[in-house]
Amino acid sequence: MQLQKKVLSNLITGIVVATITSTAAAATDGKIKIGVLADMGGTYADLCGPGCVIATRMAIEDFGGKALGKDIELVSADSQLKPDIASSVARKWVENEDVDVIGGLVSSAVTGAVTQVTNNSKNITLITGSASNAFTTSACSPYIAHWTYNVVALANGTVKQMVNEGKNKWFFITADYAFGHALEGVSMKVIEANGGETVGTVRAPLGTTDFSSYVLQAQASGANVVALANAGNDTVNALNAAAEFGLTDYMDIAGLLVFTPNAQAMDPDTAQGMRLTTGFYWDMDDQTRAWSKRFEALHGAIPSMAHAGAYSATMHYLKAVDAVGTDDSDAVMKQMKLTKPDDFFARNATLRADGRMEHDMLLVEIKKAADRKNKNDIYNIVEVIPGNKAYNPMLPSCAF
Amino acid sequence: MATFLGINFFALFGQLLIGLINGSFYALLSLGLAIIFGLLRIINFAQGAMYMLGAFVALLGFKYIGMNYWVALLIVPIVVGVIGVLIQRFLIRPIANEDHLYSLLLTFGLALMIQGLFTHWFGSSGQSYPVPDALKGGVRLPFMYLPNYRAWIIVVSVLVCFSTWWMIEKTKLGVYLRAGTENPQLLQAFGINVPLIVTLTFGFGVGLAGFAGVMAAPVYSVSPDMGSNILIIVFAIVVIGGMGSIGGAILTGLGMGVVEGLTKYFYPEASATVIFLVMVIVLLIKPSGLFGKNA
Amino acid sequence: MRSRLAILVLLGLALAAPLVIYPVFLAKVLCFALFACAFNLLLGFAGLLSFGHAVFLGTGGYITGWLMINSGLTPEIAIIAGTVAGGLLGAVFGKLAVKREGIYFAMVTLALAQLVFFLYLQAPFTGGEDGLQGVPRGKAFGLIDLADNQTMYYFVLAIFLAGFWLIHRTVHSPFGQIMKAIRENESRATSLGYDVNQYKWIAFIISAALSALAGSTKTLVFELASLTDVHWHMSGEVILMTLVGGVGTIIGPLVGAGVVVSMQNYLSGGELGNYLHIIMGAVFVVCVLSFRSGIVGQFNKFRRNNF
Repeated sequence: MQLQKKVLSNLITGIVVATITSTAAAATDGKIKIGVLADMGGTYADLCGPGCVIATRMAIEDFGGKALGKDIELVSADSQLKPDIASSVARKWVENEDVDVIGGLVSSAVTGAVTQVTNNSKNITLITGSASNAFTTSACSPYIAHWTYNVVALANGTVKQMVNEGKNKWFFITADYAFGHALEGVSMKVIEANGGETVGTVRAPLGTTDFSSYVLQAQASGANVVALANAGNDTVNALNAAAEFGLTDYMDIAGLLVFTPNAQAMDPDTAQGMRLTTGFYWDMDDQTRAWSKRFEALHGAIPSMAHAGAYSATMHYLKAVDAVGTDDSDAVMKQMKLTKPDDFFARNATLRADGRMEHDMLLVEIKKAADRKNKNDIYNIVEVIPGNKAYNPMLPSCAF
Repeated sequence: MATFLGINFFALFGQLLIGLINGSFYALLSLGLAIIFGLLRIINFAQGAMYMLGAFVALLGFKYIGMNYWVALLIVPIVVGVIGVLIQRFLIRPIANEDHLYSLLLTFGLALMIQGLFTHWFGSSGQSYPVPDALKGGVRLPFMYLPNYRAWIIVVSVLVCFSTWWMIEKTKLGVYLRAGTENPQLLQAFGINVPLIVTLTFGFGVGLAGFAGVMAAPVYSVSPDMGSNILIIVFAIVVIGGMGSIGGAILTGLGMGVVEGLTKYFYPEASATVIFLVMVIVLLIKPSGLFGKNA
Repeated sequence: MRSRLAILVLLGLALAAPLVIYPVFLAKVLCFALFACAFNLLLGFAGLLSFGHAVFLGTGGYITGWLMINSGLTPEIAIIAGTVAGGLLGAVFGKLAVKREGIYFAMVTLALAQLVFFLYLQAPFTGGEDGLQGVPRGKAFGLIDLADNQTMYYFVLAIFLAGFWLIHRTVHSPFGQIMKAIRENESRATSLGYDVNQYKWIAFIISAALSALAGSTKTLVFELASLTDVHWHMSGEVILMTLVGGVGTIIGPLVGAGVVVSMQNYLSGGELGNYLHIIMGAVFVVCVLSFRSGIVGQFNKFRRNNF
């Protein structure tokens, strides 16, 4: 009995001590800590993986490495493209490790899970790799800044152009998660609005390696365009399967979302002439070339639009922190929306009240093998689409 | 177009063909499992990892020493088989007398390790392996376009499967193998080195998986999880076929590929689940499997 | 007396822990500990190795998550619903699986679980690859707001203790004694007139329901239900936890869950994230080769030999 009492009193002392020492650190601790959550080894690793970490680090270094008088800290983690892993990493970061802002973020499923956490904890999210337009519409939040591109801009670029050229019967091979569904939905609307029709869709899991059965479904559908509403290696694999079964001989393939590393991985004979929409091309002008050369030296490959976006978003965030002199999310976000982002990536840009970063988009065409001067020379720029023509209009309910 | 009674034959034959190709891999893998199970009474959970390893050895050989496809087809199964021999000799044999569930767990752990190592080295996204020049292109049949390499897969897998079956069921070597399963002590008494036979059989079963890996490399992209995805389907096939017969493993493997292909045409939503549904039905009607001996 | 004191100390530690350690991490350990204990009920006390237990964890999670998002139910009702759903699924799977033994049992459970995995992948109510995101934690009994991590932890602790007590009671009941008899010698149990398959089936259902309870609770903690919980990797993880802690011991799975979850927590999110599966695989191999009785099993042996 005596012993039990002693244990109990020790326990109470312990609890009291623990309570005192564990007073939770507030989010505004005056130290900037940036977390980059990306796909380090999966299907999207080349689009926004280690490269997004490098781009973010470049932005921090170019900014001078310090904000609010203290060194800026950078942490990174692998989302493995799984929402649950991303969610628990994000939660650990903002609740237990004083991370102020989370960047990178590829795959809309992952980004959805992360923003659930960061919206609640009032931490800013800089979305640079995901495409779903939900983050500035149905799932909008005052703490989201959606950089780089989204599905609406892709559809308004590529799909509209092709329907207007007379490609009116579409079949979709769609990545079976938030991003693919969103891209498919938005594209179908654009097709319909411009007088075309959708004759069929098939959903393939993320990371499918053998697209042959989907390609055969497309072949039997009677469509004249097969739209690949997927990304990364999925696009490349689907295109290869289409070529293997002779589909490319009599149907057009539309890669709705193609990043530069994937365009480089495609067989030029199959991909030449394919039109696509991108938020950035490294070889556009001197400014983009200058940054891309520096990036290439560190990463070993030319930047994708997500890499460039990660740099641009981080820089804009840090400038805002510097201007308002605090890491309070509300104040920083207000400042980010007040000043216009302007760098090699963000042209004629503005960060709208709903968190959508609107900027010039590019409609490009994949070059023939014979026209390429080197392995990085892959696109011809066909048209510059102004931001307000490319992106969805702002919803009143999301004007924060 | 080529339709009759509402059936689009172009699409149907295409899906059947893809089904047969998948079935070829199911057959090769479940055959390997059946051979190993026959002699060791264990399920090799690492069979999928060995299949992946086969594809990777071929890919790396091609990338770094320019090993071509035909050489890979001969060398890789031997390399993978030797790895299997080492695994059996140094990891499985020490626990041969424990509950067989432990060897299942051991091979599961090995599979995790191997897959983890390759993910660490190469990332989880797939890499492509070129189709050999001699098999590039295809033939336009009345009902469909048949890529040459896909036809090659079916022919070669069926040949390999049935020659293995013949070797085990019809030759003296096969007699020893089967005797080793029925009564190892007796066989040992005849002066035959049973542990050696066991080890070599394991190597052979695993080598088949390596062979399947090389065959798969040009059509599926080579990725660390290619093995684990297919393995569970193969397990279901093994349950459907029953572990009793080598021929059963081959027929069920090919048959389930065809069933999958048909489902892809008639009701694509169920194509991922159909094999498991067949398994449930077989379990209800004949728990020991289609070709299994009643326990 | 000594064991009662030990329990008191452990309970005290469990109550005080969230003040020092990140409560979400602790809650995760408890959820997995309950899952591993439920699994161990089947493996350790009935001798059945299920390779598809993730399906029950995931089912509980999806049902609870869906109800929390789409109905106005309080969390405890949603958790009970998830548990019942897991139990029902367990009844169906158990009926099929207990027809086979040993390795076949493992393969059948694995294949059945994979069937459900693909169904969940395609079914609209699970959200597919996105999972169910933004599951509200709600107010327990309509009163206690679970939004705070510490409150959530104590709620999880209460559930864990209830589940743990139930397992403890089951093992020490006449039912548990018969289970052990079946494990030791099945044909003798049959000849004594016990319907062996019926007993196995019931054990399977209890184990499935408790696994679903763990999954339901986990969904509330993380406000998310995803395919990861139904994937066969998860079925492997729970085997590893049980094996590391000690198969067939009451406290072993708890220890094993603590070890494995800490390991994952330490490795994930850092440079070592890549090594997670390699290390888990290696632990598996080492355990099977030379550590088959697990941490608690070894400790018990050591205590028996030295005290």
